[in-house]
Amino acid sequence: MTALDAAAGRNDPDRLIHEHVSLHRQHTFGHADGGVASKRIVTAFGFWIFLLSDIIMFSAFFAAYAVLVGNTAGGPSGRELFNLRNVGLETALLLVSSFTVGLASIGGRARSGSWFYGAMAATFVLGAGFLSIELREFASMVARGAGPTRSAFLSAFFTLVGCHGLHITAGLLWLLTMMAQVFAKGYRTDILRRIHCFSLFWHALDIIWVAIFTVVYLMGAAQ
Amino acid sequence: MFGKLSWQAIPFDQPIPLIAGLVVIVTVLAVTSWIVVKGHLPYLWREWITSVDHKRIGGMYVLLGLAMLVRGFIDAIMMRSQQAFAFHSAGYLPPEHYDQIFSAHGTIMIFFAAMPLMIGLMNFVVPLQLGIRDVAFPTLNSVGFWLTATGALLVNLSLVIGEFARTGWLPYPPLSELTYSPGVGVDYYLWALEISGIGTLLAGINLITTVLKLHAPGMTYMRMTMYCWTTLVSNLLIVAAFPILTATLTMLMLDRYLGFHFFTNEAGGNMMMFVNLIWAWGHPEVYILVMPAFGIFSEVVSTFSGKPIFGYRSMVAAVMVICILSFMVWLHHFFTMGAGADVNAVFGITSMIIAVPTGVKVFNWLFTMYGGRIVYATPLLWAIGFIVTFVIGGMTGVLLAVPPADFVLHNSLFLVAHFHNVIIGGVLFGAFAGYTYWFPKAFGFRLHEGWGKAAFWLTFVGFYVVFVPLYAAGLSGMTRRLQHYDVAMWRPWVLIAAFGIVIMACAAACQVAQLVVSIRRREQLRDETGDPWNGRSLEWATPSPPPAFNFAVLPNIQGAEAYWGMKQHVLKQARLDEEPAYANIEMPRNSPTGFVCAFFATFMGFAMIWHIWWMAGLAALGAYVTFVVLAWRDTDEYFIPAETVARIDRANRSARSAAVARHEEAP
Repeated sequence: MTALDAAAGRNDPDRLIHEHVSLHRQHTFGHADGGVASKRIVTAFGFWIFLLSDIIMFSAFFAAYAVLVGNTAGGPSGRELFNLRNVGLETALLLVSSFTVGLASIGGRARSGSWFYGAMAATFVLGAGFLSIELREFASMVARGAGPTRSAFLSAFFTLVGCHGLHITAGLLWLLTMMAQVFAKGYRTDILRRIHCFSLFWHALDIIWVAIFTVVYLMGAAQ
Repeated sequence: MFGKLSWQAIPFDQPIPLIAGLVVIVTVLAVTSWIVVKGHLPYLWREWITSVDHKRIGGMYVLLGLAMLVRGFIDAIMMRSQQAFAFHSAGYLPPEHYDQIFSAHGTIMIFFAAMPLMIGLMNFVVPLQLGIRDVAFPTLNSVGFWLTATGALLVNLSLVIGEFARTGWLPYPPLSELTYSPGVGVDYYLWALEISGIGTLLAGINLITTVLKLHAPGMTYMRMTMYCWTTLVSNLLIVAAFPILTATLTMLMLDRYLGFHFFTNEAGGNMMMFVNLIWAWGHPEVYILVMPAFGIFSEVVSTFSGKPIFGYRSMVAAVMVICILSFMVWLHHFFTMGAGADVNAVFGITSMIIAVPTGVKVFNWLFTMYGGRIVYATPLLWAIGFIVTFVIGGMTGVLLAVPPADFVLHNSLFLVAHFHNVIIGGVLFGAFAGYTYWFPKAFGFRLHEGWGKAAFWLTFVGFYVVFVPLYAAGLSGMTRRLQHYDVAMWRPWVLIAAFGIVIMACAAACQVAQLVVSIRRREQLRDETGDPWNGRSLEWATPSPPPAFNFAVLPNIQGAEAYWGMKQHVLKQARLDEEPAYANIEMPRNSPTGFVCAFFATFMGFAMIWHIWWMAGLAALGAYVTFVVLAWRDTDEYFIPAETVARIDRANRSARSAAVARHEEAP
């Protein structure tokens, strides 16, 4: 408490003299100006909060996986099931797609059709490639009798990895919608804000994939 | 074609749900046809259903909450009366029906009464207190509300089509697994909560962004009202906790629909994980509900004591500490599960520690009142009733936080009495305090004081007559959720509790009477100036009811208690400041997105409950198309011309000028 504040407090314990206190407070708190933030900031901030909530949902699935990873009920464990070469390829596709979605975002801001559409299309191809490898992996596991109903471990595995896959699927649908929207409406500011959110979403899926790659596949194969 | 749905789903052989369902259907049909015949439908569609105005959405949340409060209260009356009859007899409710009633009571009261009441009040008040025109994402706000309404609709639909869960308000496996609950009851629970949970999450994201990013110029964090702070904490907890609920219920769904093994007895499932996960959401949920109530009490106590809140900074620190600690106590809900003495001790201690910041707040409220010029209006009565009741409930809570004591009291009526003591005393009293306090702001006239005070005293007394006997019954070993019993010792306590609920029913009647009488006498109760309570925060700077744009010109905030400062300045110079320069105001356009989206969500939930896969697919497609249509819209905003703004503001300025003149004449 500074001298000024103390003086204000002594003479005015209920802080009724506003001008006096407020002059001082503007120095104490950087946000003094207050005011309404721009739409771009507000949208991105809100979307970040959504991403955090999504990450918390994933963390619950991660926790369930960690609890159930040893409960194979006599069925196969991760060591017998995981093919690290496939997973490496998936990881590579997803990481490159993160780069291309960044290019698309810049292309959109530069209002360059070839960069935007080209990079978005590349992102789509990479994402769809990731998804097809994942689905093939799932199908082969089910065919070998290692489907999600086999054991609690496999239930948790399919839910965690499948939930990420569902997010990728939703992302691909969103990606196509954004391309159609730019095609129909052009680079409107609100559409650019949405593209920004989409790119944040795609990057967040990358972060979650890195955690899945480590916790599920690397640690699973090392067991 | 229709999955599991057939005529057998309608309970033709059970008179109670059938008649109750018919009464509800007839009432809804009567109200709807009255609206259509009288030609109010376009008004309702334009001004309420498609509205993205935070004040309208807040109002609809509160209305939904009050309606569901009545539904949950009827369940409570049935439970108390069943136990009053069911001594050495079967009572009038068969076990499978009684089990549905206590499950529905808890689910409805927490998710569809308490949550909408709290979120509705936050929605209505917070933008006004921050000095801004709307929340950060107005259309999303509407989507959130309508998804909550979808959840409430699905739970109530289970009354007539099929059944509700018989598992209690938290469906612990393995009872809730397909093996032991093969009907649709648990599915109704799961889909209602998944859908309304998304709505709650959207509200949380929206309000956090609003509090942190949208302020009137000069409204710094430390100048915000306590209500804005508790709103921030409550919504941070929503965003941090509700995704856990979504994930946990999804796992139970996968078990039930696709044969997964998260919580089953076989194949390595772990049902104790469900209990951990659900309470990792469930304990923060308690604070999600009570935090906004704490904020309401801070506003009410300060206003009716004529003083700023005592210890503002310690209040802010206390709520932030509670925000963090609320995630560290969840295990005290199941000390008896067998986590071991050390783990139980840790969670017992954290549970006691969390009482400390709450104690800080109680002392701050008391010191705010100390030396104040206290006006005993209805909202303050609720606040004082809260302080007394909540302290008692808090102390029985600290008692339950002692693991050895909990082993004796776990799942007894002592526990039931404890959590009703804090939830009714905290959240419900808070909701009523907020409702009477902000009603004049929302509708332009005050609520009748006499009926309000009668409602308060009957609720207050009725509450103790119901729940003090339940403490005693619990201490003598009566467990919760008993459909019938034959222990003579419990009988008198149960009868007193049944008498108490009659008093509470009279209180509910007084609340209805208060509303009816106030509407009829609205001209006498009119709030001309927009400041009926001699308020201190910015919402009282607007006319009652506030115009769509809230503030003709965004206020320039000079200090804490922004409106009190402005008011003293005006009274000192004995006239209003010069008229500001009015400009066109940009406002968000209405959108039916929320309503249409919830329409599809209702069909999707219903289809999934009854395994009608094609309908679920169509509904999901419909929801996606709804959002694409919204995204294709070319203009999101419209302008309110400066002349309209000037006209509305001048009317309010003349009322306020008259009030200043009256103040001058008074000695």
